[in-house]
Amino acid sequence: MTYLRWVLLALVAGLFGLFAYMLAQPKDEFVHSAMIGQPIPAFDLPPAVADRPGLSNRDLADGQPKLLNVFASWCVPCAAEAPNLAKLEAAGANIVAVAIRDRPEDVARFLEVYGNPFSRIGKDDISAVQLSIGSSGVPETFVIDGEGVIRHQHIGDIRDSDVSVLLAELREAGA
Amino acid sequence: MIAELGLAALWLAAALAGLQLIAGALGLREGGAGMAALVRPAAVVQALLCALAFGVLLLLFVRTDLSVALVARNSHSDKPLIFKLAGTWGNHEGSMLLWVSVMALAGGLIAFLERRLPERTMIATLGAQAFVAVGFYAFLLASSNPFERLPVPAAEGMGLNPLLQDVGLAFHPPTLYVGYVGLSVAFSFAVGALLTRQVTPDFAKVMRPWVLGAWIFLTLGITAGSYWAYYELGWGGWWFWDPVENASLMPWLAATALLHSASVLASRDALRAWTIMLGVVAFSMSMIGTFLVRSGILTSVHAFAVDPERGSFILVLLAIYIGGALLLFAIRAGTIAEGERFSILSREGALVVNNVALSAILGIVLLGTLYPLLTEAFGVRVSVGPPYFNPVGAVFFLPMLGVLAIGPLLRWRRDSFERIQPSVVAIAVVGVAVLAGVYFLAGIALLPLLGMALAAAVAIGSVLPLRGRSLRRLPLPVWGMVVAHFGVAVALFGMAADTAFQQERLVAAQVGETVEDGPWSITLVSVEPVAGPNWTALEATLHARYKGGEPSVVQPQARSFWTPPQETSEAALLTRWNGQLYSVIGGEAEGGRWQLRLWWKPFVTWIWYGGVLIALGGLLALVGRLAGDLKRRSAQAQIAARRAAP
Amino acid sequence: MIRLLLAFLAALAAPAVAQDLLPPAPYAYTQLEDPALEARAQALMETLRCLKCQSQSIADSDAPMAGDMRHQVRTRIAAGESPDEVRAWLVARYGDYVSYKPTVSATTWPLFAIPLLLLAAVAVILRRRLGRAR
Repeated sequence: MTYLRWVLLALVAGLFGLFAYMLAQPKDEFVHSAMIGQPIPAFDLPPAVADRPGLSNRDLADGQPKLLNVFASWCVPCAAEAPNLAKLEAAGANIVAVAIRDRPEDVARFLEVYGNPFSRIGKDDISAVQLSIGSSGVPETFVIDGEGVIRHQHIGDIRDSDVSVLLAELREAGA
Repeated sequence: MIAELGLAALWLAAALAGLQLIAGALGLREGGAGMAALVRPAAVVQALLCALAFGVLLLLFVRTDLSVALVARNSHSDKPLIFKLAGTWGNHEGSMLLWVSVMALAGGLIAFLERRLPERTMIATLGAQAFVAVGFYAFLLASSNPFERLPVPAAEGMGLNPLLQDVGLAFHPPTLYVGYVGLSVAFSFAVGALLTRQVTPDFAKVMRPWVLGAWIFLTLGITAGSYWAYYELGWGGWWFWDPVENASLMPWLAATALLHSASVLASRDALRAWTIMLGVVAFSMSMIGTFLVRSGILTSVHAFAVDPERGSFILVLLAIYIGGALLLFAIRAGTIAEGERFSILSREGALVVNNVALSAILGIVLLGTLYPLLTEAFGVRVSVGPPYFNPVGAVFFLPMLGVLAIGPLLRWRRDSFERIQPSVVAIAVVGVAVLAGVYFLAGIALLPLLGMALAAAVAIGSVLPLRGRSLRRLPLPVWGMVVAHFGVAVALFGMAADTAFQQERLVAAQVGETVEDGPWSITLVSVEPVAGPNWTALEATLHARYKGGEPSVVQPQARSFWTPPQETSEAALLTRWNGQLYSVIGGEAEGGRWQLRLWWKPFVTWIWYGGVLIALGGLLALVGRLAGDLKRRSAQAQIAARRAAP
Repeated sequence: MIRLLLAFLAALAAPAVAQDLLPPAPYAYTQLEDPALEARAQALMETLRCLKCQSQSIADSDAPMAGDMRHQVRTRIAAGESPDEVRAWLVARYGDYVSYKPTVSATTWPLFAIPLLLLAAVAVILRRRLGRAR
């Protein structure tokens, strides 16, 4: 039975090795969508504001790759990423949005203050579309190709360094 | 000034721990008697200095000294005094200071009181305690200084998390820490015994009360934590297999096994290797738990300020201490002579089953807790929760309960089945009767069903040892065993009954509307705003009638704190002997209605009554042993005095 | 809305994210009329993980997203889907992370193999320790 003691020691050493390895890794707090590579599920959202049409899955399969931004007016990082969304729009990206759990007047006020780079904005009051595409928070940005297939997910606000990455993904999707 | 005094005291305490370590190491050598004499005083002075440092931190919090960074981050002038005190340990640095203080105090107490072991073993033990202490002092002073000053005193503090502003929870950490860190004594004793090759019944007798003391606090701490989660989090759950809950359970499992193993070693000189191993494992689990909470490696409710750098420091300490102790064990264990033999059907045999089962359950809890971490290293994320722990744990736990029911009835060394047959039959009959009765009357799920049947079996089995004995002359430790095992049955019954029979209602009710939940009729009478010292709330008044009897008033609240801004739910509990009505007021729903959440939870309070009984049993055993020890010592002194005088 | 300690501690570390002002989804806090269906939904919800909390099932969480997930579960169960179908729908979106139900797969087999190993080890230890002393 003496070998058991050495086995235990070896197990403990292995465990500490695992701890050390994991400590060195950057902590990935995010839950990633498993829908990358899948077609976007069917949905039909009413308009979130008066001056933009609503959003449905058919709009995302019209042949042109798009960026889908999941945001909300009550989300602080969404405000922070507004300038970069404007940069993406200026570079020619077609950005549509889903507003999560938001009142029309709050969305309108948000867009007035931070700018409106979206061609369409869908109103998702019970996070149904958010759940159906595997998004777990705001803000997130998806790259959808011309056939409506989800190609890429960016979690969190879009930083300056992310702009070129998203444009590259959009080009790869066929833009 | 005072903060500097506290820091100076801490440095001095650390230095004394270093002295204690060096004196211990040198004192074990040949001719080291001079150094050896320093060890005990060093330990005592270290304890006093560390207590001073902790006292200073308490004072800083009580005074809300906002020039100290820790106070500014975690306190607020408006807070009630008791929560200012609790703020001392409600953060990383303060709780770490509590950790080293308990270690120092435990070490100081042993140094001051313990004279029953050979002095060499005591030196080795205190040296080991100092070895561990030095590492944690270094951690505290190098990376988590609680007395750090702010360059400019803050105007006001950032307040304490409102969920911690609760009397029960305020004292949960110190209770747990006395438990966790108290186990360091067992660790040090184990290492000391290994170093001086003194694994004897005397060693176990000395270690036992210390382990018992720590274990009692740990039992109470876990019970209190579970009860707090139950009424504070607003959904009536009492155990979530959250990583840090598990981190508190694992030392408890090891300590329970250690307790029983030490008793066997003390009275029968058997299970030597097991006892040493468990002594090392118990505190190792405490240290691993502290690592998991403070390193950020596992996401959990309890995570303090997560910091991979601090995590690395603690990991190095873990590798040195746990790796070192296990290495020592692996090398020296061969020299631990085999103890007395015993047959399979004996008290020792039952306790071996106990040890093995508890260790297996510990292994499973460890596996389930760390598995997501392992898969994350490979880029995959999985979730392991109650649907895994409950059935897999039950595979080992339920048979162990069967052995628990008959174990205390067995004789030491060797017993015969014929002798215990009537008792076994009685226990089996009760168990099967409950199983069949509950199944046919209520048809509940398998696990709670087995739980209830085994709870009944253990309840009978725990009191059967009293049969045929004079209750008035029964030694306290035996009462302790009976009460503690009975407590297990009570707690288990509560868990099974609540799981199987609870009834939930979620409704959006109008004021004046009556809702049914099981045997209760609940009427929503009013919803009013109320205010407290640092919060405002919406308070609902409900009239609850049990089976059409007199109405009782329950008033759940939805509270909003302002420093820091947060909302909490204060559930209202109505307790009967056979369960609790748990009511929560949610937000406003459409049409001026109010969200009400109601649960009828049969026998749920028995879970915590059981926990308290278990701790009480431990206390009875501890008092019994200490009293017996004192009596024996005074008798010996009398004999010695009589011999000396002509 | 009422929040959990967990959500708050997450907020402690990250920049504060305000909460939405909309009411909860219809079936977030309302039970299904049919008790059998509600029981099935409840059993399922206890094994689905809340994505915004630290380690809570959606049955135990006040987070709005948990409420929205409960709404999805209840409406789908009421529409006739089986619990396994609803679980599969969520796993297709979030991976195994969202489900607490233990399943044996290429990534989880050690979770079951090791307890079996432990059981074998227990049997061996007991036989050697207790059988030997005869």
